[in-house]
Amino acid sequence: MEQLAQLVISGLATGSIYALAAMGFTLLWQASGTINFAQGEFVMLPAFIILAGMEWFGLPLYASFLLALLISSLLLGLAFKRMLVDPMIRHGVLPLIIATIALGIFLSEGVKTFYSAEAQPFPDLLPEGLFRVGGVVVSYHDIGVMAVALVLIIALQLFLSRTMTGRAMQATAQNPETARVLGVNIERMILYTFVINAVLVTVAAILVTPVYLAKFDNGASLGLIAFIAAIVGGFNQMRGALLGGLLIGVINNLTVAYLSAAYRDAIPLILLIVVILFKPEGLLGRREERTV
Amino acid sequence: MFKKRFGLAALLLSAVLTGEAASGEGVVRIVDVVELSGGGATVGTNWRNGVELAAKEINAGGGILGRKIVLRHFDTQSNPGVSKAVLMKALDTDPYVVLGPIYSSSTKVNMIVTQRAKVPQIVGSEAAEITERGNPYIFRTSFGQASSMPKLANYLRDGIKAKSVALIWVNNAFGKGGHDAVVKELKLRGIRLAADISSEVQQVDFAADVIRIKNSGADALFAYLHEEESARLLVELRKQGYAKPVVGESTLLSAKVIKLAGKAANGATGHVGLSPDAPVPGIRRMAKAFEAAYGYATDHNGIKGYIAMYVVKAVTEKIGKFDRQAFAKTLRGLTITPETEPGVLLETTYDDKGNLDRDSFLVEIVDGKQKITRVLPKLGK
Repeated sequence: MEQLAQLVISGLATGSIYALAAMGFTLLWQASGTINFAQGEFVMLPAFIILAGMEWFGLPLYASFLLALLISSLLLGLAFKRMLVDPMIRHGVLPLIIATIALGIFLSEGVKTFYSAEAQPFPDLLPEGLFRVGGVVVSYHDIGVMAVALVLIIALQLFLSRTMTGRAMQATAQNPETARVLGVNIERMILYTFVINAVLVTVAAILVTPVYLAKFDNGASLGLIAFIAAIVGGFNQMRGALLGGLLIGVINNLTVAYLSAAYRDAIPLILLIVVILFKPEGLLGRREERTV
Repeated sequence: MFKKRFGLAALLLSAVLTGEAASGEGVVRIVDVVELSGGGATVGTNWRNGVELAAKEINAGGGILGRKIVLRHFDTQSNPGVSKAVLMKALDTDPYVVLGPIYSSSTKVNMIVTQRAKVPQIVGSEAAEITERGNPYIFRTSFGQASSMPKLANYLRDGIKAKSVALIWVNNAFGKGGHDAVVKELKLRGIRLAADISSEVQQVDFAADVIRIKNSGADALFAYLHEEESARLLVELRKQGYAKPVVGESTLLSAKVIKLAGKAANGATGHVGLSPDAPVPGIRRMAKAFEAAYGYATDHNGIKGYIAMYVVKAVTEKIGKFDRQAFAKTLRGLTITPETEPGVLLETTYDDKGNLDRDSFLVEIVDGKQKITRVLPKLGK
């Protein structure tokens, strides 16, 4: 029982990182119809920006993180939207998906070429140590990861529901034509969404990389898991992405502990198939109908 | 006239593209087929640099039998299928010897190709079965699992005093070979296997595995993973406050793992075939030269690559000609000493299967460095 509780807590910590990346998927989809298959590489890249800030410019970790937030916002937010999404989205979702797959390969190979193909150590912001809750050993690190993710998610929810800009962004996501008529600058709102996604992936990077290590090919599996999490939870609902991420984090841990590490990647895919067959809108998703 | 010019241009183009001298005279071509990207990039890069360092030294000293070494590297991408394909491409350059790879799963598929081509191959792989297939062209630069696991099992019983052990291993040819060998040795010594956990190549998340290890109640953990995975495991063990002895082989205790895992590597112990911190003057000299050349400390893979190149030199100079069949025949049963060839660093004896025997070391990671706690003599001594 104690082992099960530990597996669930540890899975929730990992799952909250998946949730951050998965929420980025849903945000971009809702705001602009973009499915970003480079999302995993978007998590990988800020880790190397942080490392470069520390190693090349001698910045402390916090300053390097702030630098990464800025560069990610410009590169993975602004430049991504203007240089790739805007020109490609006119040709439909499929060409854009292919373009983001190409971008993912470009980013990982770029990091491999200009930084290193080898894994790199990465400093940890969170404290070490353990504490016991009713016989269950919990690490401060896991609690820290969950706390940071939770604070970010709540802040994002408050921003979207309590501020004028946030409401305008929601209006843009729900009905861009009406939002435009009401005077919302929908182009700017969509851009904000891309910048928020860049912030989410940068935070995910600083949480996950100390344990996974920084490596050019880390993004592939992370991106796939986040994508599955977003679909399982509901691609058109942020809370769905949150649930999907947490669920897959826990399921992964239980699979490794009680089945085998070999099935770690397979079980989420099976879950995905089950959800698509029996609840295609996702566990918390909204059913959408389209005219064909 | 046109044909002549065309031929000359093609020849020049070929030389430019391959980076080789046009003539076979005056040079000896050696190819290095190794993991330069993918999961094995860390080990392969070290190996490549060790090979390169040795080749530069040998060339600076006049080459092998007066011929300069022309070295080409081929990236297996840590993928057995790619490894076989690039080896076939490498063999098109008519090499004298093939060096690498390190991953046993790659060696297993491409050693058949070198055997067919009758080209000697010196590998950094450890899986026991590699030298059990009767291939007369295959040779190691590291201990096989059949040699290292008895030493490790003895250490677990006598050094750690473990009655039970949790075992985590990587599910590929390297890991499976190590798993089977150590399980057999533990059983022979009456040590109980409290947990038997397989993990995947390039696995990034070890949270669940560590929870299982902790709950197994074993007296010690034996970890048999590749370098990157070893580092991730050590980080997770520290994160979860694992306090029992963590024991492993060269891959757990390498300089790269220490760099990646940081403080989490401290306290890990085990057996290594080669260590840059070994109290051996030749190894110290090589490690210093490596650091001066590449700006970082070598691990055992760099030393393995370095030795591989010097084994080629030592054997070729012994037979006095560039003859692949004679090379393979001569190396079987040969002992090379640092007195006759300083580049081999330690007295090394090859058996009739291509396995080697030499001194090895028990180490502990202390303050981010390998500390040699004991030198173990050659098994044959």
